[in-house]
Amino acid sequence: MTETATVQLRPSRASTPLRRVIKRMRRTVNIWFGSVILVVVVVLAVFAPIVSRYNPILVTPADRMKPPDAQHLFGTDDFGRDVFTRVIYGGRLSIEVGLISIAVASITGTLLGIIAGYYGGLADVLIMRLIDLMLAFPSILLALAIVAILGRSLPNVMLAVGIATIPVYTRIVRGSTLSAKQMDYVLSAHAIGCSSGRIMLRHILPNILAPIIVITTNGIAGAIVAGAALSFLGLGAQPPTPEWGIMLSDGRQFLRSASWITTFPGLAIMLTVLAINLLGDGLRDVLDPRLRI
Amino acid sequence: MLRPYETIPNLPLFALFWLSLAMTRFLINRLLLAIPTVLLVSILVFLMLHLIPGDPAEIYIGDKPSTPALLAKIREDMGLNKPLTEQYLDYMINILHGDFGKSLNNNRPILDEILLRLPSTLELTLAALLIAITLGIGLGIIAAINHNTLIDTVATTIALIGISLPVYWSSLLLIVVFSIGLKWFPPIGQGGINRLILPAFALGFLSAGALARIVRSGMLEVLNQDYMITARAKGLAERLIIRRHALRNALIPVVTLIGLTFGDLLGGAVLTETIFARLGIGRMYIEGILNKDYTLVQGATLFIAITYVVINIFIDLIYVTIDPRIKYD
Repeated sequence: MTETATVQLRPSRASTPLRRVIKRMRRTVNIWFGSVILVVVVVLAVFAPIVSRYNPILVTPADRMKPPDAQHLFGTDDFGRDVFTRVIYGGRLSIEVGLISIAVASITGTLLGIIAGYYGGLADVLIMRLIDLMLAFPSILLALAIVAILGRSLPNVMLAVGIATIPVYTRIVRGSTLSAKQMDYVLSAHAIGCSSGRIMLRHILPNILAPIIVITTNGIAGAIVAGAALSFLGLGAQPPTPEWGIMLSDGRQFLRSASWITTFPGLAIMLTVLAINLLGDGLRDVLDPRLRI
Repeated sequence: MLRPYETIPNLPLFALFWLSLAMTRFLINRLLLAIPTVLLVSILVFLMLHLIPGDPAEIYIGDKPSTPALLAKIREDMGLNKPLTEQYLDYMINILHGDFGKSLNNNRPILDEILLRLPSTLELTLAALLIAITLGIGLGIIAAINHNTLIDTVATTIALIGISLPVYWSSLLLIVVFSIGLKWFPPIGQGGINRLILPAFALGFLSAGALARIVRSGMLEVLNQDYMITARAKGLAERLIIRRHALRNALIPVVTLIGLTFGDLLGGAVLTETIFARLGIGRMYIEGILNKDYTLVQGATLFIAITYVVINIFIDLIYVTIDPRIKYD
């Protein structure tokens, strides 16, 4: 009698870190909720010209201040423009502001943080002095001061919000780099003669990505709120641009007679930010449970 | 041989003396450490006028027609012909004498303009801070002690909405509901508690959400500590355990967050003061930018930055005072 012992060889697929993360992601409700809302917002914004047949800036006096109905889903504003159309076009700008500002902040902030943490010494002192200097201003005020210097415009707002967010990245990345630097894989990379640049970008950076992804998600939400705030104050995009901050600011005088002009852009910004925050919370639970934000 | 207590006849008094000495040393240390930061801030703020594209003399003239003679006179009067370092030293000497320069718009001393509006902004931010702390800590504790129940979900959802609700949108919502709808409060203006409640709530709610989330996770961490099990094993009342053992430890990181919150509130005041038509520093700042009153913006930026640095030093002082594990160093 022969017995054959068959060993079921499990494919190693199931155990890679990426797969484990994806598996955990599927179970996280926050990520689901956040992603679904976000996808709707992004699709509406990207396909705005197809979704709506109205022009977001064309003035139509005959259609002034119409309450929401089948023709105008969210009503019309004091210039007869369709509020729904302006809200979805506004989504484009807000997404742009969020992504560009955070690109500025994450690239600069991460580089500064990794250099400060890796080299230490004078580089660390100089970089952290600079960061302390930036932290001496409340962040929105720093953005305001930068806009005051550069001049009022949406690109300047993106730059200003981006610069004001740099310290968040630098501090967290520096901390993570300091601990990653002690790890064996960095020491061995050193031993086989890797250059510092290679160690920082190829060995340390991939291992500290988790906190960076988490602050990036929350950062995009913050940048959208800050960007719309600056436009609300008249420092960013200028009328008649369809931008959520401007729509809220313009609609203020009609709070009593036509509250829909402010209600819908307000809801849009809140839902978008809520969705991104939900996604960020979910990602934090999955990627980096120790990070408390 | 002297036993320790014999060398110190009045131990409590000595401890108090030592503590206050250590505290003073800590305070002096922190103030000394803050000096380079404040100096760098002042250099940056001084350079603001020079970083703006264009000739500073033109900026001083503003929208008035400029002639070469007028430009030359302004350069002479404002000392713009001197080297930058000398200009900076003059600027700093003036600041140390309490002279923040004059507004380009109405020629009034900037410090007077700031001090005129300071009480209004302080009133708003302190009221908002009170609301943020009460709501935030309350919500955080409720969520943590009811961990993984419906109450927790509701509380964390409120906190999440809090951090996702931009202050300019919540302000408008509050006006629509409580001024236009219910007619409980006047929509705009300042003076009296009636006109303070809406802006303070709009401003405080945002930070309450952030605080609630930190308090909740801090509490959850503390609730699993060994000393909590010990407290329970001793048979202490649940309320007492939460108050004496959990809360005291969970609130320590919250104190540092209050410094940051105060900064957020100062920034948020720019928006609430604009919406609720309050004559505060935030609104003055925005009007300064919109009117290109650069000297006013410059002075206000320096004033706010210094205030913020000083507030954070005091927050650190509170931090080390309530947590005896942290040394004054």
